[in-house]
Amino acid sequence: MILPLKLEEVFFVAGGRVIIERISADIGAGPSTIILGANGAGKSVLMRLMHGLLAPASGRIVWSSGDTARLQAMVFQRPVLLRRSALANVTYALKLARVPHAERERLALEALESVGLAAFARRPARVLSGGEQQRLALARAWALHPEVLFLDEPTASLDPTASREIERVIQAFDAAGTKIVMATHNLGQARRLGDEVLFLHQGRLVERAPVEQFFSRPASPEAAAFIKGELPWV
Amino acid sequence: MEGLGDAARGALLLIFSGDATLGGIVLLSLGVSLSAVLVATAIGLPLGAAIGVGRFPGRRAVVVILNALMGLPPVVVGLFVYLMLSRAGPLGSLGILFTPTAMVIAQTILILPIIAALCRQAVEDAWAEYEEQLRSLGATGLSAALTLVWEIRFSLLTAVLAGLGRASAEVGAVMIVGGNIDGVTRVMTTTIALETSKGDLPLALALGLVLILLVIALNAAAACVRDAAQRRYG
Amino acid sequence: MGLIFRLVLALCLVGSVSAQPRFITVASTTSTEQSGLFKHLLPQFEKKTGIQVRVVALGTGQALDMGRRGDADVVFVHAKPLEEKFLAEGFGVKRQDVMYNDFVLIGPKADPAKVRGGKDALEAFRKIRAAQAPFVSRGDRSGTHFAELEIWKAAGIDIVKEKGPWYRDTGQGMGPALNTASGMNAYILSDRGTWLSFKNRGELAILVEGDKRLFNQYGIMLVSPQKYPSVKKELGQAFIDWIVSPEGQNAIANYRINGEQLFFPNAE
Repeated sequence: MILPLKLEEVFFVAGGRVIIERISADIGAGPSTIILGANGAGKSVLMRLMHGLLAPASGRIVWSSGDTARLQAMVFQRPVLLRRSALANVTYALKLARVPHAERERLALEALESVGLAAFARRPARVLSGGEQQRLALARAWALHPEVLFLDEPTASLDPTASREIERVIQAFDAAGTKIVMATHNLGQARRLGDEVLFLHQGRLVERAPVEQFFSRPASPEAAAFIKGELPWV
Repeated sequence: MEGLGDAARGALLLIFSGDATLGGIVLLSLGVSLSAVLVATAIGLPLGAAIGVGRFPGRRAVVVILNALMGLPPVVVGLFVYLMLSRAGPLGSLGILFTPTAMVIAQTILILPIIAALCRQAVEDAWAEYEEQLRSLGATGLSAALTLVWEIRFSLLTAVLAGLGRASAEVGAVMIVGGNIDGVTRVMTTTIALETSKGDLPLALALGLVLILLVIALNAAAACVRDAAQRRYG
Repeated sequence: MGLIFRLVLALCLVGSVSAQPRFITVASTTSTEQSGLFKHLLPQFEKKTGIQVRVVALGTGQALDMGRRGDADVVFVHAKPLEEKFLAEGFGVKRQDVMYNDFVLIGPKADPAKVRGGKDALEAFRKIRAAQAPFVSRGDRSGTHFAELEIWKAAGIDIVKEKGPWYRDTGQGMGPALNTASGMNAYILSDRGTWLSFKNRGELAILVEGDKRLFNQYGIMLVSPQKYPSVKKELGQAFIDWIVSPEGQNAIANYRINGEQLFFPNAE
């Protein structure tokens, strides 16, 4: 088990500005966690710090024991796929994880099925639609059955129909036991998918609460203002 | 103007005459330049990709020097290789001066920086797009670099063709290390130089047109391959 | 895909060094090669002995330097003082006369220096200097360049001091120098062989010929196997022996351009 993930007084600085300021939190197994906040609040940076793509300027980010590289995966706002077939994109990820050759195709097809893309296995990944590409990215992340799945605004670039498909897949993964950590600024999505909310404002962790409590009785003025401001758009 | 018309007619006559000597010269030119391209690509693509992806002290200087080496004067390269391979030089005992092998070596040295530098630029640009995703999947260092090279292989074709163009057009290097020996190391460019110096300008021009047509044909073939593959892989 | 790859591979192998026949490397001069003599001579030798002769054509100075570096088995040039220096330095085994040809003074048909028809090369050079008519020099340490310098000296002209913008020192082989002279309508000293096969004559023609001072002697030497054990001494010596033999000498005499004999054999 690589969870819980402990963040201890994490700072991140770039271009002379403090992007993440003294965030401490324990991310445990179980509830799906939403990182919520306005654009520029530091959600993406925090996600990358947790996933290990960035190193903190000071402070520590510590997983519990286990193969921390293999047991977590991340899906980005825009899927980055290789110029290969959909299936080959998934087997590539499996190859990197040193899954034996004989197993790769089988596991890849399973992953494609779980997101409803089995029919497109041999199609070039780059000719798929935006929503299909994002589902493929999810399948690729899922193929290794990670313990933690990070998602950085996965539907921000998609139309409502495609978004709903993605949300369905995420909910299925959640139900199967994968820990979901998702950044979004979409309140409706947060309510639909999340169990708890970590609210960021200007790089600081301002509030943490179960999702319903956060939306009905926000404790901090920043959170209240944010909910009010976003509400017309929901 | 009438010189060009004569040269064009001369070129067609040469091509359709099936002259054995000309055939031998053309085959040797292709053999030498294509061999050089093969070796320079095998070394230059991984080298350029590694520099494109890597981050190490002195990297900026390496990039500048690599770019500058694209402008190596062919006659200087020829001189250097000659001094190396001369009996009075360090590698004289190999006895390969004035052979096509020496010409391949000289041309490889000449075009290696071109292929490596152009690859470095293309990989660096692609890395900006792919870096996060590849690192998230666990691909690092040389593995990521080689994946990128395969990923952008069609763009890299341009780098390879640039190298081929330079190799088939140069005369300085092959003249010095090959000696322009009739029937052994005489290629298109050295033949053109010889006929020019003998004052047979129409023949030299006609040969020049044949050479240009040859290079155009090679580029057209490469373009067809590229289009076909792009249709397959997207 | 696979077919293209195999084709490329085949082409590459063609370019590589395949089965090595018996061969020697001869360093000679551009004027000798461009006269076409080798194309006429070498197939006869090759047919008789099966030895391929690979000629690298440079200026005389460079050809001898190639011998000094051990990159040639035989040197075959035309500048006796330079050849004897080569021998004295220990780079050559023995020098033998092979043949001679002659130089001709080429110039524009308009002939501003008025040298046409003269039989005295020194006089012609003096006139050119006096008229400051454009003159192209090879300037490349070749046998021809060497001969040109000797004529200026014999005519009492210190060309290094007295040259002006009329004297064009090009540093080129005979053919390119003739191209330059043709383009500039200048005077130039050339060997008869290159001139006879030169096609870009423009307004140029032979203006002075026949002076004994214009005779040009060719010599052949084996590069010393003591200095360079890699020298192919048996094969090289076979070539030298053939060239000075009656058979080789006849072959030289038989070479003609437009019915004219170019080289006159004179081996002992």
